Amino acid sequence: MNFSEVFKQSNQLCKVSPDGKYLATCVQYRLVVRDVNTLQILQLYTCLDQVASMEWSSDSLFILCAMYKRGLVQVWSLEQPDWHCKIDEGSIGLVSSRWSPDGRHILNTTEFHLRVTVWSLCNKSVSYIKYPKACQKGMDFSADGRYMALAERRDCKDYISVFVCDDWHLLRHFETDTQDLAGVEWSPNGCVLAAWDSCLEYKMLLYSLDGRLLSTYSAYEWSLGIKSVAWSPSSQFLAIGSYDEKVRILNHITWKKLTEFEHHPTITNSKAVVFKEVEKRPVIPTEDLSIQQIAMESSLFDIQSKYEIPPLPVQVPVVKPDPDRANPKIGISAIAFSVDNRYLATKNGGFQVQSLFWHCSGDSVVLLGKDQLCLCYMATDEEK
Amino acid sequence: MPDPGLGIREFSSVSHIDESPSRHRSPPATRASETNSKHSYSVLTAFCTEENIPQCVAYVNQEAAALGLCGVCVEARGAGPSLGAASALNLLYELLQLQRRGQRTLHDLETQQLKNNSDLEHLQHNNSRLKDQLEHTRRENSGLHEGERQLQLKIRTLQRYLKSEKEEVQKLQSIIASRATQYNHDAKRKERESAKLKERLNQLLVDKRDKRLAIEVANCVGRADGKRSLWKTSKMEARHEGEMYKALLSDYEGRHQVLLQENAELKKLLQLMKKDMVSMLSPRKTTRAHMPAEDSLEQAGSEPDDELCEGSRDPLEQMCEQAREQLANSIRLQWRRLKSHMQRLDSQVSLAASREQEEVISRREHEEAITHMKMELQQCTEFIQTQQQLLQQQLSLPCDEETAALLNDGYLLEEKERLKEEWSLFHEQKKNFEMERKNFTEAAIRLGHERKAFEEDRALWLKTQFLNMAPFVGHRRHATSESHIHSAVSGAKVPSSPALSCTSASHTGLSTPTSDPMTLPSTAELYRTLQLIPDSRCGATMTKSQLRDSCTDCSIFSVVRDGNSAS
Repeated sequence: MNFSEVFKQSNQLCKVSPDGKYLATCVQYRLVVRDVNTLQILQLYTCLDQVASMEWSSDSLFILCAMYKRGLVQVWSLEQPDWHCKIDEGSIGLVSSRWSPDGRHILNTTEFHLRVTVWSLCNKSVSYIKYPKACQKGMDFSADGRYMALAERRDCKDYISVFVCDDWHLLRHFETDTQDLAGVEWSPNGCVLAAWDSCLEYKMLLYSLDGRLLSTYSAYEWSLGIKSVAWSPSSQFLAIGSYDEKVRILNHITWKKLTEFEHHPTITNSKAVVFKEVEKRPVIPTEDLSIQQIAMESSLFDIQSKYEIPPLPVQVPVVKPDPDRANPKIGISAIAFSVDNRYLATKNGGFQVQSLFWHCSGDSVVLLGKDQLCLCYMATDEEK
Repeated sequence: MPDPGLGIREFSSVSHIDESPSRHRSPPATRASETNSKHSYSVLTAFCTEENIPQCVAYVNQEAAALGLCGVCVEARGAGPSLGAASALNLLYELLQLQRRGQRTLHDLETQQLKNNSDLEHLQHNNSRLKDQLEHTRRENSGLHEGERQLQLKIRTLQRYLKSEKEEVQKLQSIIASRATQYNHDAKRKERESAKLKERLNQLLVDKRDKRLAIEVANCVGRADGKRSLWKTSKMEARHEGEMYKALLSDYEGRHQVLLQENAELKKLLQLMKKDMVSMLSPRKTTRAHMPAEDSLEQAGSEPDDELCEGSRDPLEQMCEQAREQLANSIRLQWRRLKSHMQRLDSQVSLAASREQEEVISRREHEEAITHMKMELQQCTEFIQTQQQLLQQQLSLPCDEETAALLNDGYLLEEKERLKEEWSLFHEQKKNFEMERKNFTEAAIRLGHERKAFEEDRALWLKTQFLNMAPFVGHRRHATSESHIHSAVSGAKVPSSPALSCTSASHTGLSTPTSDPMTLPSTAELYRTLQLIPDSRCGATMTKSQLRDSCTDCSIFSVVRDGNSAS
């Protein structure tokens, strides 16, 4: 694996454009756009303050730079470097800023989640949405970009509003039967909205596009509940990862549990292959990173490491989390379906894996750790 | 008269006199009379009489001395010896005393015995009672043990229950604790947020400058899809609703299609299964009553299913329901039958296995037979292999005469066969040859004749020519000679192409007549020259076709040759 030279960036702001041609990085208050193949600097923009968040528009023509401290959002155009746009939220402050799916509207969430302002770049108009909820995932756009679901809370009750992204027309507004709505997510086919409660109560609600409640699912009571949710790309399955270290899969016809996967600390399944990375570092003791059913490549730099296959049963090292802390580091924190619906990757416990993503071809997984990058290829039996 | 000495000792029951002195034998007559003297007159006289008084006295004294009593003395008085009255009375008194003592002791003993008996009875009674009591207590003991054991069990279950309850309590406590931390965390977060809000509010109240929110855009950007944005009207709203419902409907329809497909496939599978099951079970059907019902079921099930396969229309919805039910019922029925059949088979097998050893043996035998056959097969293959090897060896190595002869015979047979074939071929060819030769010879003969004729004609013609050198030559002769020539040419029945005749004609035209008579070349010469007979150099195996070709060739050549020879 070849690596390029090291480029400076700040705040981990480094994104490739959706069309895959450009790479944008932020260094303090500057925005640098490079060509992906040659890594030559194509454009250089200067913002008014240190950039806190940066996002490409969906058509790769604009880049949004948000500066939360000053409540400013600046938008830069790739086609016309002279074009500029500055959005000032004023005294109300800014907490988050994002593009709409059509790439022409910017949604700013103000401080204290007082409201969401929708700025249009086409006609400079502004719309407000009141009482958005400050939760894990309060806003979600459907895959085709036509609808937006927003979690709201007023009068100690949770609501969900469905907007048409075309003209921000409120399509549906309904109350949800949750104690404390934690997140909403559209299914990939855009017809079902999954809404789940906070971790104090295990409750998953499924709403149809027109606001009807299709089904509720609750695996158990009292113990800490849902930690992560993922739809399968075909919308046939909904995977729910919870604090009890289990993943439960619901099917889209009856919305009942299809199967559940446990994450036992001892791996005894004869079909499982465990790869254990053994690093040959003279001073630091070996670091274990064992993951199920995947083939691996070696890590960066010149630290000698190799993967050995220990015989089953294998005891995965578990770090007991501090029970006195809120949001304990136990349970399924990341779930990802492969693109062809065949595989499911889950991360359980306090492993230092920041993110988990499948390649679009469906045969490899990227694991990003604190100081390690791991590419895992699935070995298939059929020879093509 | 009493019998003195008959030995009959009749003692009265009153006096239990010790038998010990009576053991000391004295003449039975005297004794008898003495002992019975007090009691019966007859006895008195038997023991002691006037005559034997001193003996009796001596005996009495002896007995008394034995008993420790004083004896009697004999006084001689008046008429004969008589007993001293005092001593006798003393003796008597002592005897009476003795007797009284004896009676007393007897009485005592009797009472003692009675007492002992009663004691014994009492003790026996006690014993039995105590035994009963012991039994009873033992039973009670075992009962108590049993009770204790059950109580122990109960204790253990209760302990376990207690432990589980404790665990659950602990778990609940941990849950409560985690929830409490979560609540606290959230509450703190909210409090911090509200504090920030308050602060900001204060700041805003104080800070009069109100920064307006605004957007500065260099120029408006077009929409992503290039279209112009539309006004917000109720029609738009309706359109949005419509689009939403369309999206939902299309999704549902897609799912519906998938489900229909799945349904159809499953139904097909069920039909297949039913057919299979029916076919499996039908040979074993004994009752005919089942058959018509089953057939009707099948028919009834198939008809709506056929209609289903065509397409589901609304009037058929009910029938579809019925069809489904019927199909399901028939499947269930068949499955039940199959199950019962399998159970019957299983029971049969188990019965057969348990009932007789023969059955088991037959199976074993069967397996044995199989293994035996396998072994045989293996042996046979090995045998064949060894034979092959041996054959190879035989072929390569020199062998003894017998085998050599055998082999030679074998080879000879082969050769004979081959030879026969070749002979037959040869004969055929020979026949053909003969035929052709005949043809040749005939043709040659004819040719010769014709040549002769021709030569004659030519001679004639030349003669005539010569003669006609003179002016008055007859044209008749010319014509006749020509006609002769033509006839000769046409007559030549040579089996060749017309070109041949031309050549022969030309040859005859060109060549000068020879005077030699035509000697027909022998066919052998002909053939030899034409190199048809190989002079026994090459092999006799010339194929028929080759011969035929050579025959035709030689026919051509023969004419040519004849022509040449003629010239």
